[in-house]
Amino acid sequence: MIRFDGATKRYPDGTVAVDELSLEAPSGQITVLVGPSGCGKTTSLRMINRMIEPTSGTIWLDDTDTASLPAHELRRQIGYVIQNAGLFPHRTIVDNVATVPLLLGEDKTKARARAMELIERVGLDPAFAKRYPAQLSGGQQQRVGVARALAADPPVMLMDEPFSAVDPVVREQLQEEFLRLQNDLGKTIVFVTHDIDEAIKLGDQVAVLRVGGKLAQLAAPADLLARPVDAFVAGFVGRDRGYRALGFTGAGTIDTHQEPSVAVGAAYPGHGAGIDGWILAVDADGKPQGWLPTGEEQRGDVVTDAMLYRGGTLAAQGGSLRAVLDACLSSPSGRGVVVDDSGRLVGSVTAREVLDLIEKRG
Amino acid sequence: MAAGGAQPMIFKTLGWLTDPGHWRSTPFDTGILGQLGAHVGFSVIALVIALVIALPAGLAIGHTGRATWVVSVANAVRALPTIGALVLLVVIISPHFYGRTNAGFLIPTEIVLVVLAIPPILSNTYAGVQNVSPAVRDAAFGMGMTDRQVLGRVELPNALPLIFSGFRSAMLQVIATATIASYVTLGGLGRFIYDGLAQKDYPQMIGGGVLVAALALVADLLVAVVQRYVVSRGVSGRFHRNTSVDSRVAALVEENV
Ligand SMILES: Nc1ncnc2c1ncn2[C@@H]1O[C@H](COP(=O)(O)OP(=O)(O)O)[C@@H](O)[C@H]1O
Ligand SMILES: [Mg+2]
Repeated sequence: MIRFDGATKRYPDGTVAVDELSLEAPSGQITVLVGPSGCGKTTSLRMINRMIEPTSGTIWLDDTDTASLPAHELRRQIGYVIQNAGLFPHRTIVDNVATVPLLLGEDKTKARARAMELIERVGLDPAFAKRYPAQLSGGQQQRVGVARALAADPPVMLMDEPFSAVDPVVREQLQEEFLRLQNDLGKTIVFVTHDIDEAIKLGDQVAVLRVGGKLAQLAAPADLLARPVDAFVAGFVGRDRGYRALGFTGAGTIDTHQEPSVAVGAAYPGHGAGIDGWILAVDADGKPQGWLPTGEEQRGDVVTDAMLYRGGTLAAQGGSLRAVLDACLSSPSGRGVVVDDSGRLVGSVTAREVLDLIEKRG
Repeated sequence: MAAGGAQPMIFKTLGWLTDPGHWRSTPFDTGILGQLGAHVGFSVIALVIALVIALPAGLAIGHTGRATWVVSVANAVRALPTIGALVLLVVIISPHFYGRTNAGFLIPTEIVLVVLAIPPILSNTYAGVQNVSPAVRDAAFGMGMTDRQVLGRVELPNALPLIFSGFRSAMLQVIATATIASYVTLGGLGRFIYDGLAQKDYPQMIGGGVLVAALALVADLLVAVVQRYVVSRGVSGRFHRNTSVDSRVAALVEENV
């Protein structure tokens, strides 16, 4: 548990970056600090490991006042991940990861062995261990940054916009893997981002800060979307918050229709096959690949990949209402495709049915 | 003196350099080998002293960001007129030694050489430490390194390429300037230059110059080899070609899948 107790930071030039912040980050959970640029997120985070000393107030790490021990000893118990990873250019990946264990006096062979384990754990090929940071992509460096922060198995992790500098596709991968990792490790995490979507996706609780370093609202992501406390939070959370809130509502047992399908490679279906001029194409394992139009003239003898419309997203059975609704809205046939855990076709639903369900629940 | 005289001079200089008699010392004359040794001696002493002063100072100034004016002052000293300073120092210092040893000449010479060698080492060490990326320094402190550990384990290794280049330029300057030792009666390769000039023995004078240049080249090569082994490949960027191609491919695969 990390607890801010009236923590204030006033910089020498008079800027009040954080103003009387009181907030608790519960053990084993992800607390996200989010807010517009310059609202004091980084300052708040860095006061925890005393990279910045609070002007007044106290920050507690469980029952310890963080001001009561030497800063470097405090920091060795706290994992720290920053935006551009900050890997040591002169050290190999494995030695970068082993840094804190070595600082703590652990034996070199053991520290390296643990580092190797972590390199794999964050999804990197062990072959990277002997390389240098300059030989890695931004996304890979960021994984190493996470592995390095985890190396001494600290109960607490601080992360300052760790995924902001990578492109959206990699960012999504990193976020997914981060959540999976946290699922296994159960660290107490304080995570800073300016991206409300990231905050909502990753946070067990989200603290919205306003410029001037004041806490505007602390809530679980679903509550934040449903009940912003004021105009600032409502504006920051964004316009389509109603739609995004569906992301926290499980679709539950949504009834699906059986959806006719044709295998890729099979003979082109006859005119008017499927429903309303569309038939779903699946691969040999029954995984949906795309939609084939059947209302027009036949385009060939067999169904090939090139003929398919791939615009539609797939909703996982038991996933969120948002995913199901999105599958409907993005599908050229207007029918949202639902798949099981292994990606095989279960059936389809229409947007109308999803909306009825939302109304019934609302 | 024009084109006609130039070519014979090359042969005469080569002749002077390749005469085994010039390489050995006699009871009256120190040969090339002896003067080379003396020249290396002056240079090594000056470089070691300069390194002992400038390296820690540059590291400390770079790490703390304080007293940066010291670097500016040192750089201003680069404009020092060496011969003038040397003569002045000899006039001040040598009377204290009553001519019993050559310390009265050696100390002024070394002072001048040290003063020349400090600025490049100091300013490059300072710049090398300053240039370490803020994110890297931040991560180092954030992981719980002490000031000393950040300096020794992170800033120094990353500053090494610049430190080496500062040291190499100091070394070239010291080797070239150490010829002035001979101006105040000491040995060194400058002896051939000054004697050659005085005796209008130009092959000897040019030969002396060639020897200084050769010494500088060989010394630079040796330090370059040391640098290759001391500086981390991660900093110098010398990766095995195949692994770096691999990782670029791997990076593309990761980012696009
Ligand atoms: N060292 C500093 N000196 C003066 N003001 C600072 C300093 N660091 C940050 N600030 C100011 O404090 C405020 C909060 O900064 P920061 O915590 O970095 O915000 P965020 O991470 O939310 O973008 C900003 O107005 C910023 O300009
Ligand atoms: Mg910030």
